[in-house]
Amino acid sequence: MDRLLNVLTVLSGALLLSVLVSVRRAHIRVEYSVSWLLAATALLLLSRFPGLLQAAAHGLGLSYPPLALLLVIGCVFLVMFYRYSVILSKLRDDNIALAQRVAILEYRLQHPGDGQPNA
Amino acid sequence: MPPRNHSLLVIVPAYNEEAAVGGVVRSIHEVLPGTPVLVIDDCSADGTQAVARRAGARVLALPHHLGLGGCVQAGYKLAFELGYEYVIRVDGDGQHDARDIPRIFEALRRSGCEMVIGSRFVEQNGSRTGVVRGLGIRFFRLVLRPILGKPVRDPTSGFVGVNRSALQVFSKSFPLEYPEIEALVVLQRKRFRFVEVPCRMHPRAAGRSSITAARSIYYIVHVLLGVFMNVLKFDQRAGLRTPRPPRQEKPQRRHPWTAF
Repeated sequence: MDRLLNVLTVLSGALLLSVLVSVRRAHIRVEYSVSWLLAATALLLLSRFPGLLQAAAHGLGLSYPPLALLLVIGCVFLVMFYRYSVILSKLRDDNIALAQRVAILEYRLQHPGDGQPNA
Repeated sequence: MPPRNHSLLVIVPAYNEEAAVGGVVRSIHEVLPGTPVLVIDDCSADGTQAVARRAGARVLALPHHLGLGGCVQAGYKLAFELGYEYVIRVDGDGQHDARDIPRIFEALRRSGCEMVIGSRFVEQNGSRTGVVRGLGIRFFRLVLRPILGKPVRDPTSGFVGVNRSALQVFSKSFPLEYPEIEALVVLQRKRFRFVEVPCRMHPRAAGRSSITAARSIYYIVHVLLGVFMNVLKFDQRAGLRTPRPPRQEKPQRRHPWTAF
């Protein structure tokens, strides 16, 4: 159990650090880093304060705390994946609309006479 | 010779169709001289654009690959902005017979329907489909029958004409990946009508279909999901609809596909 928590501490610390570095280098926008930072902090707290993990396991009705840890990690990443699916979908829609607009503007620049088919 | 009509635009979505698109454009010009033809190039890696231009088409060049729905919608948006009354979509692979365009155009003008589908199954015309595609068409006929309130023989046909009302709707909302079937439900949501007219379809002149046998399952799941999402939106938007303007010509209610 202790070893598992230590590993989790290292991993969540590494995640926290790498997200901060990515934000600093502008590889991740600040608004998209918040959820990662929150998730990493939550995992760090759970790993450093076993009482929190015990309470979480008790709250979930689990007698084995590491199971609660896995459950929490799984839920955190499910929420993250869902959130990023929503963001990706919106970006894709915006991207398509933008590409169509660029193509239409380019066409209209090349064919300025078009636009009055009934004339 | 069919009447020259500047209110009609023929759009040809094309992706890597340099072997076929030139023939498609020329055949449209032969049937409808003077009618503008717009090839929408979905960022082809080959010479589709150059071939289309040489054949006499104008080209709407997308900056990157959007897929069929995004490609067709770009054409609809441009046509709507340019003020066209009618748009007929002809695929760039040579499957659709340009000689059927006047029939679709006449049906669009006379029926008052917002969409006319060129169907290979209204009359037995020798058109053949693969086994998988044939099964898919039968399946979607069954699915769409209660949703649309009337049968549709060829729901996957891309040989489609729309009027300005449908153009307005499709400019804002159009299925982006596999558009044909979902587009019918989008129109149904607006209480628009469609009619099918008999058309010939040929095997592809060149290239391969994007829907391979392996992708068929994904296609079915994707389209089913899209259809049911659109059905759910119907009730949500029902209260927002404005009443339809009265039409001068009443469409035939019984088996309208037999009218043409």
